[in-house]
Amino acid sequence: MAINVNDLNSNQIDVLKEIGNIGAGNAITALSKMVSKRINMDVPKVNIVEFKDVADLAGGPETLVAGIYFNVNGDISGSIMFLIDTKSSRTLINWLMGKNETRMELDEIELSALKEVGNILAGSYLSSISTLTGLKLTVSVPSLAIDMAGAIMSVPVILYGQVGDHVLLIETDFIEGMNHVKGNFFLIPDDKSFEILLKCLGVM
Amino acid sequence: MADIIKVGMADMNCVYPPNILVTLGLGSCVGVCLYDKESKISGMVHIMLPYSHQIKNNGNAAKFADTGISKLLDDMIKMGAKKSKIISKVAGGAQMFNFNDSSDIMRIGARNVQAVKETLKLFNIPLLSEDTGGNYGRTIEFSSETGMLLVKTIGYGTKCI
Repeated sequence: MAINVNDLNSNQIDVLKEIGNIGAGNAITALSKMVSKRINMDVPKVNIVEFKDVADLAGGPETLVAGIYFNVNGDISGSIMFLIDTKSSRTLINWLMGKNETRMELDEIELSALKEVGNILAGSYLSSISTLTGLKLTVSVPSLAIDMAGAIMSVPVILYGQVGDHVLLIETDFIEGMNHVKGNFFLIPDDKSFEILLKCLGVM
Repeated sequence: MADIIKVGMADMNCVYPPNILVTLGLGSCVGVCLYDKESKISGMVHIMLPYSHQIKNNGNAAKFADTGISKLLDDMIKMGAKKSKIISKVAGGAQMFNFNDSSDIMRIGARNVQAVKETLKLFNIPLLSEDTGGNYGRTIEFSSETGMLLVKTIGYGTKCI
């Protein structure tokens, strides 16, 4: 029987936050090296929210964002979502490709570059969690969508709909101050997985 | 002045005219609008999954196509709508992300649309128009005054169905 996300105690929530901290910390270090910029991150938040409030987390349901989505499999399963607003994704691509482009639409190569950024981020996020917990994890190829935040977030949330009425998201925001690059990571373990996560970290 | 009533994910609402029902950023979920042509009583439900009996935890009726439509219909009838006058319009059910190994869960949009249509048929509610499928999100606004459903997208235009 899976535990209910609403029954988690503060100690367990702290551990989940720490997972977000380590995962996103590594991912952001990788990103920071890739683009040779200093990128800061906030303390991760563990959000347990009702479905109807999920889209507000991503800056409002109608905000235009790029979402890169990964399925996570192995000893735990769930998904990783990397959200970045369109202006920030343009800045990131300019850094990566040494461009000085201002148009907002991304061409084929740029989209593929953005996916690759997501790939590297998700890879470093998960490998650090894997090292910490000793769990074996694999990540799918990335899938990218540029659309309303609500529509994008509906995908991982529907997975949760099968088991409950709340979703647990481990959210980490990052920011590059000078150019206002902003994004969020969401680690969304499925209901059985955070039990496994908590067990192997000794808080259950 | 018409009030704008929001309907969140796995949520439903009914209004009297001239109020407007809105769902923002619909992805793989489906927005079902029911409308009594005479009294103009309108309802909207934002469903996430096809059938309640396929899932153990099914307390929230608005989450599923079958229970969502049935509950919305009951609520509207309580408000004074007549079942024989009710028609429907449907939008959403996109596939936001493409994976090669398209598992069932990734095709959830199409399965939601199918379940909605089957349920509407079961209740003998005519489906007047739809804007479903594709790989993009939608914001929908249903006006109880006119019975029109406005579908807005990013990059795929706006239409009234």
